[in-house]
Amino acid sequence: MAGPDRDCLSWFEASARQRLDALLDAGTFREAIGPAERRMSPHLPLFDLPCAFDDGIVVGSGALDGRTVFVAAQEGRFMGGAFGEVHGGKLVGMLRAAVEAKPEAVLLLFDTGGVRLQEANAGETAIAETMRAITEARAAGVPVIGLIGGRAGCYGGGGLIAGTCSRLAVSEGGRISVSGPEVIETNKGAEEFDSRDRALVWRTMGGKHRRLIGGADAFCDDTVAAFRAAALDLIGRAPAFDLAMLEAEQARLRARIDRFGDCRDATEIWARLGVNDPEAVPAMDTRAFEETVARVEEARHDAR
Amino acid sequence: MESLTFRHTTQKPLSGTKAQAITGVVASGNLEILLERVLPPDAFEIAIETPIAGYGQVWEAVVADFVARAQPGGVRISINDGGARPDTVSLRLLQGARLLEA
Amino acid sequence: MTLAEILTSLFPEGHAVTVADGLVAGDGPFDGGRMRVIGIDGDTPLGVEGALTLAGHVLEAVRAGDKAPILVAVDSDSQRMSRRDELLGLNECLAHLAKALLLADRHGHPTIGLLYGHSAAGAFIATALATRVLAALPGANPSVMDLPSVARVTKLPLEKLQEMAQSTPVFAPGLDNMLATGAVHAVLDPAAPLGPQIASLIADRPEGDVRDRLGRERGGRPVAEEIARLVAGRLRAG
Repeated sequence: MAGPDRDCLSWFEASARQRLDALLDAGTFREAIGPAERRMSPHLPLFDLPCAFDDGIVVGSGALDGRTVFVAAQEGRFMGGAFGEVHGGKLVGMLRAAVEAKPEAVLLLFDTGGVRLQEANAGETAIAETMRAITEARAAGVPVIGLIGGRAGCYGGGGLIAGTCSRLAVSEGGRISVSGPEVIETNKGAEEFDSRDRALVWRTMGGKHRRLIGGADAFCDDTVAAFRAAALDLIGRAPAFDLAMLEAEQARLRARIDRFGDCRDATEIWARLGVNDPEAVPAMDTRAFEETVARVEEARHDAR
Repeated sequence: MESLTFRHTTQKPLSGTKAQAITGVVASGNLEILLERVLPPDAFEIAIETPIAGYGQVWEAVVADFVARAQPGGVRISINDGGARPDTVSLRLLQGARLLEA
Repeated sequence: MTLAEILTSLFPEGHAVTVADGLVAGDGPFDGGRMRVIGIDGDTPLGVEGALTLAGHVLEAVRAGDKAPILVAVDSDSQRMSRRDELLGLNECLAHLAKALLLADRHGHPTIGLLYGHSAAGAFIATALATRVLAALPGANPSVMDLPSVARVTKLPLEKLQEMAQSTPVFAPGLDNMLATGAVHAVLDPAAPLGPQIASLIADRPEGDVRDRLGRERGGRPVAEEIARLVAGRLRAG
């Protein structure tokens, strides 16, 4: 693909491979286990389900503006980007290598509904292994940057992994949450969460809300160029992984609950954050939204 | 899951030198196609894994049409199908061949 | 075993561990020093406040700098499923708790999980699965999702899933399957005093994360270790 086409590619619409191909410097991506090796799920056939050659995740190394980075990109359209045994093993292996090889950053391109139920125990354990490996990479001085803007969002254990990263960039279409809308509705009823109310979903879990409350560190247009610029910026200001950072995060999250714990809707939180016209936030373009974010103190911190 | 394999003899090898390409995603109504240039120049083989059984003849016809149009000699194709319609399969096969020719 | 029975077995000389709103905190004499205890009791779901309360205890322990072991005792529900929790950033709060435990480990505090009841999903990942060694007591019942729910989502008959669960530990709920996956390191003997059993787990705790190796050895996760090693090896080689 030529430069302008690559840059304008919609992150939301693109596949995991297209995202990586366009995000990294042209021709630099090297996949650690390619599809031709056919390392597929040993479990999905038992459920009469088709496998994918890469088990829904592409991992490897490449260059971002000349810097060596390790990358993993989930394919949200295959099994909802969910964590299975092979999928998780690839991610964990990449992160463990980062602890020793110390690339200039690790980029995690999230696109996941959480654990793959057909391999639930393996997926859950892999998420725990991933979180441990991320903290080890961070403690070794490697920034771990999460990029969230895929169609499956970043749910379940994916949300916990995101919370373990050094920094996060999110687009309007990116959603970060533990319980998904359907899960809350199924367990607690439509009065608690009406999953068909898409505006409610975006307000509660979407990129703008996460950016405003400090749950993400950059807000991007839905283009590869925007995510690339955000990643480069965030690599340069990754917080340490130490006691001081975690104490600051404890204080930050505690203050958030104290201040907004009685709010029923995101618009109430945005009003308390000092946003003049909270109702206008969902329709704001990126530039107007960035100006709004610039006036919100909670959106800027080194406590992650 | 049903496994299907078809073999053809082609009149010429697929042009280009790229060794491998992949296109598509295993999702509902979609499919993933892996192309590898690993066979003798006049041989073509395709292996399909599909969750929808009983459509062997449709696959056979779609593949025969692709072979006639693309002359993919030397190529082995592997498909993970998510239940794609024949027109989607044709489109992806031609896309895949173009990727390998590039 | 109930939490009270566990604490009595662990601290025969008495302890200062209390439970409030389903959250466990305190300490007791252990192996010539103190052992801190945090946890979740009574099948309680873990929400934003609970996660921060527990993380606060862990960070306090790290600040104290005594390298005392931290026991994470768990009988929880899943994460609290609510609009409010997600609005307030439950993913950050649960990740924060896990990070606090992982930091404590880095600072020399042995972290041991003790699963004595239920646990699931986000609550499980943020607590028991964030420790260096995870032990369980017979009767513990960890799950990602119960089989009837798996049947609903996968559209497979419950009877077929129950049959598959016999031979395929990778998806079925329950302690045996989590043990086979490598997530749970060991099952303790409730008839013997727990203190020495925990002390020996601490003494023998593995250097790194060995859960994928255990999963291969026990057959519950046949390929994860090999895949991780393959990827890591190739990336290290550049």
